Amino acid sequence: MQGVAIEGHKHEDEYIKACGICEVDVSDLKKLKVFPGQTVRVKSAYGEVVVRAVKATQGPHPGLVFIPMGPWANQVTSPNTYSTGMPHFKGVKVTIEPAPNEKVLNGIELLQKTTLDLKVNA
Amino acid sequence: MIETKAETVAKQENLKIVTDVVCPFCGTLCDDIKVVLDGNRIVDTMNACIIGNEKFKSAQAGHRVPRPMERVEGTTEFAPVSYDYAIEKAAQILANARRPLFYGWSSTSCEAQEVGNELAEITGGVTDNTASVCHGPSVMAIQTVGAPCCTLGEVKNRADLIIYWGCNPIHAHPRHMSRYTIYPRGFFTERGFDDRTLVVVDPRPTDTAKQADIYVQVEQGKDYELLDALRTATRGEDIPDVVAGVKKEQIKELAELAKSKKFGLLFFGMGVTQTTGKHRNIDIAISWVADMNKYTKFSLIPMRGHYNVTGSGMVMTWQSGFPFAMDFSRGYPRYNPGETAANDILLRHECDAALVIASDPGAHFPVSAMKWYAQIPTIAIDPHYTPTTGISGLVIPSTIIGVEEEGTAYRMDNVPIRCRKVIDSPEFLSDEEILRRILNRVRELKGLPAGGHH
Repeated sequence: MQGVAIEGHKHEDEYIKACGICEVDVSDLKKLKVFPGQTVRVKSAYGEVVVRAVKATQGPHPGLVFIPMGPWANQVTSPNTYSTGMPHFKGVKVTIEPAPNEKVLNGIELLQKTTLDLKVNA
Repeated sequence: MIETKAETVAKQENLKIVTDVVCPFCGTLCDDIKVVLDGNRIVDTMNACIIGNEKFKSAQAGHRVPRPMERVEGTTEFAPVSYDYAIEKAAQILANARRPLFYGWSSTSCEAQEVGNELAEITGGVTDNTASVCHGPSVMAIQTVGAPCCTLGEVKNRADLIIYWGCNPIHAHPRHMSRYTIYPRGFFTERGFDDRTLVVVDPRPTDTAKQADIYVQVEQGKDYELLDALRTATRGEDIPDVVAGVKKEQIKELAELAKSKKFGLLFFGMGVTQTTGKHRNIDIAISWVADMNKYTKFSLIPMRGHYNVTGSGMVMTWQSGFPFAMDFSRGYPRYNPGETAANDILLRHECDAALVIASDPGAHFPVSAMKWYAQIPTIAIDPHYTPTTGISGLVIPSTIIGVEEEGTAYRMDNVPIRCRKVIDSPEFLSDEEILRRILNRVRELKGLPAGGHH
């Protein structure tokens, strides 16, 4: 559960399990030829991220996917605030493709990799 | 890279129970928690929800940033430093910055927030709280059209219609329904659950929707259209056959149901504030609630997330007149979300240093905003490791309010509640003390007279 994982567990695997996922409708999983638990690459106009596809728990909602709030979702959300200060976190158009052999990064490592100008690979 | 101390199992002393503890997790701010202590160690909690329980347990070693740290330039390695060094370095960064950004504030006390606002003022910076990516649009709408509101106590005792719109309290505010809205027996709602009707509006049939008497599946991003149609139907005017994926009959039925009730409540969350329309969605929701008061009693309450995001808005407002996105760079407070909110500032590279406290923009801001954060001198004050601490220049651990420190917080219905201290934490400083020491040092560096406590 997302709320539990964010309280003091953001450096642990529990956070990846709770938020490094993408809830996809079963009918869409079939179309993508992806089994629940496999890794997928989610792409939007703003970026891309590798997450684990899981069956939609609060569905059905074909055509609609859900990544919980966290650093994984924020690789693909829209930063436009339309003069409100609030980025466009929901209703972002994405494409999904299977990404076998790819790893879902730890939340902290993911942000470090995508923001820091690293001189050496730590 | 990430160092945590192993949990030491102390010899069992006499178990002690601390009662009436306030839970510092969400805006519901439950004040009936019991914490079981073994000496100075939290063993268990009673009455708390699954997340609240975790909040208390997260105070244990193993989850904490053990000491102040400084990131080695160009790497993800951190070197341990002392509190004195970290506070001096933080003060230097802020005193030398032309327009530092201060962000967070929602998981700390009003007392710490007060010091933080002063720090933003004397450094000519911008200060913003997490409402900016949460209920900021609600605040903007309330400024435009006002808000009929009430306390959660009134909801418990009077409300016979509860609408959850774009929020999922079963997961985000787990005790909201049992303490205040659906299940408790109140003065005028003697039969509890049987006396109330629950309506859930959400694009997904959420776990909260599964408990509802009526579930309305709105099309994603079409909340404005649905609220507009509901408002029109409430006035008895005609609407199209289908609006936002919802049939005319269901909308009319909902309007009539709302009119037939004695006291209705609209609770709303990120499903409305973060989606297309943003503050306009809330604007029309409030307008509908205002219209409803022609027929019956109706109120609305935003489902505030962090336990003290409401308090941050309060403190900023009573100190400087604005509830978030406040800019002191001209020497007086200015407020213009879209220009002075944290994401706007980061995206346009308009700050040259940043201090983040009691929040995690690294996890909750679009990555493009954090790319600028990663390039400027930064300070993160947080008890735990987060994506934000992972890319900050300085990381300063602090005590957890409501667990290791007393402090005032505001519940989602604007009721202030004093959080209790449950255990001692000798190795960490409080947010308030860290900020006050930084503030005093910045004053010295800028040649300003030492300020008194106000």
